[in-house]
Amino acid sequence: MKIKRPSILAIVTKDVLVEIRSKEVVTPVIVFSSLVIVLCDFVFDPGVDSSHVASGVLWVALTFGGILGFGRLFGMERENGTFTGLVLAPVGREILLCGKIISGFLFITLVEIVMLPVFSLLFDLPIFLPWLWVIVLVTTAGFSIIGTIFSIITVHGRAREVMLPILFFPVAIPVIICAVQATQIVLSGGSWNQVDHLIGLIVAFDVVFLGLGISMAGFLLGE
Amino acid sequence: MIRSNIFLVAICSILIIMSNYLVLLWVPTDSVLGLSQKIFYLHVPQGMLGLGGITIVMIGSVGYLWRREDYWDKLAYAAAEIGAVFITAALVTGILWSKAVWGVWWTWAPQQTLTLILWFIYVAYLMVRAYSPTPSHGSRYGAILGIIGFVDAPIVYMAAKWWRDVHPEAVVGPLSESDSLDRSMYTVFLVSLISYGVLFAYLLVERYKLLRLNTVLEEIRYDEE
Repeated sequence: MKIKRPSILAIVTKDVLVEIRSKEVVTPVIVFSSLVIVLCDFVFDPGVDSSHVASGVLWVALTFGGILGFGRLFGMERENGTFTGLVLAPVGREILLCGKIISGFLFITLVEIVMLPVFSLLFDLPIFLPWLWVIVLVTTAGFSIIGTIFSIITVHGRAREVMLPILFFPVAIPVIICAVQATQIVLSGGSWNQVDHLIGLIVAFDVVFLGLGISMAGFLLGE
Repeated sequence: MIRSNIFLVAICSILIIMSNYLVLLWVPTDSVLGLSQKIFYLHVPQGMLGLGGITIVMIGSVGYLWRREDYWDKLAYAAAEIGAVFITAALVTGILWSKAVWGVWWTWAPQQTLTLILWFIYVAYLMVRAYSPTPSHGSRYGAILGIIGFVDAPIVYMAAKWWRDVHPEAVVGPLSESDSLDRSMYTVFLVSLISYGVLFAYLLVERYKLLRLNTVLEEIRYDEE
């Protein structure tokens, strides 16, 4: 008996296959994020205790790298002329949106799997901390949700490369604030009790904006 | 335009003149903060109306996505333009007051952070409208951004509050000695709020009418072609 593959999985599989063949998202973002971390290392006084600036540097690198990645999610579709085909697919708009969000989440998580060891090497900080990975993953989910939504909004407009960061940063500010603070606490040896409210706000952000995105998927990907 | 709204213009002018007189000449000067405290009567109404503006943007956005009627879209667009002006004024007066009271131009207090992020959300909305490939795209995407921006505002405030709350409950100035303003100060604050509220309403009505006229003109031009 042939099991029908869910549509979301089909979209994610398509994006992963394209990425494996083209290498247009993960590799450039890894290189770019590494450069940002190195640049920040030069910018800050070497005498400064690295743990004070490390969490900020990490999230600056991941945020800017993430912007590049999300821009490519739909940018590739537009450049290859496949955006119309995607929109005409006989699946619900919510499925399309969620598929793209999952693709973005996977790509940026791959970047982070490479980036976090690089970061710990350069800043001489521990990396195998479970709560750090929890913070990174829930924040990446939030980035993926709003990054995908704004990527759709800016993909056809003018000055699209600049418009995506302009839309993304103001809305992502609460997630970035909480992620930086929580990361700093965890890197300093803090416990769950000190970061639970911050992670809670990030998760609430993710849930609220995923719900908003799904409810507005028809307007985002219509016509 | 002005002819049709002469009543609103007259009320607005009288209220603004009255408000200026009360603020500059009538209300007593705060004993601790001195003359700089009078920025309070401009800054707080501007901030409140900036927040009100994003609420109207959200209402117009929801209305447009639900009904797909042009007047909802133009309401949101007009409110975004006027709200952006008011939130800019709130930022500027807030910066001046911050320097006078705390000796620094910017403190990253939750209220200041929210005002700044709200300014960026307004600018992003106006840019989406300006840079969209077609007007219908601009209306649709602007509406989505308007709703997202409104939902994001309280989350920004909460995050900023946890991050750095250097804005203590007022320990100096008019709120320090009791939990409420002095009666005369409260009266002037209300007059100022109503004056700026009427100004906001007048500018919103004028801008909305202009945007609607633009749409009608485009439809006539399209029909003729």
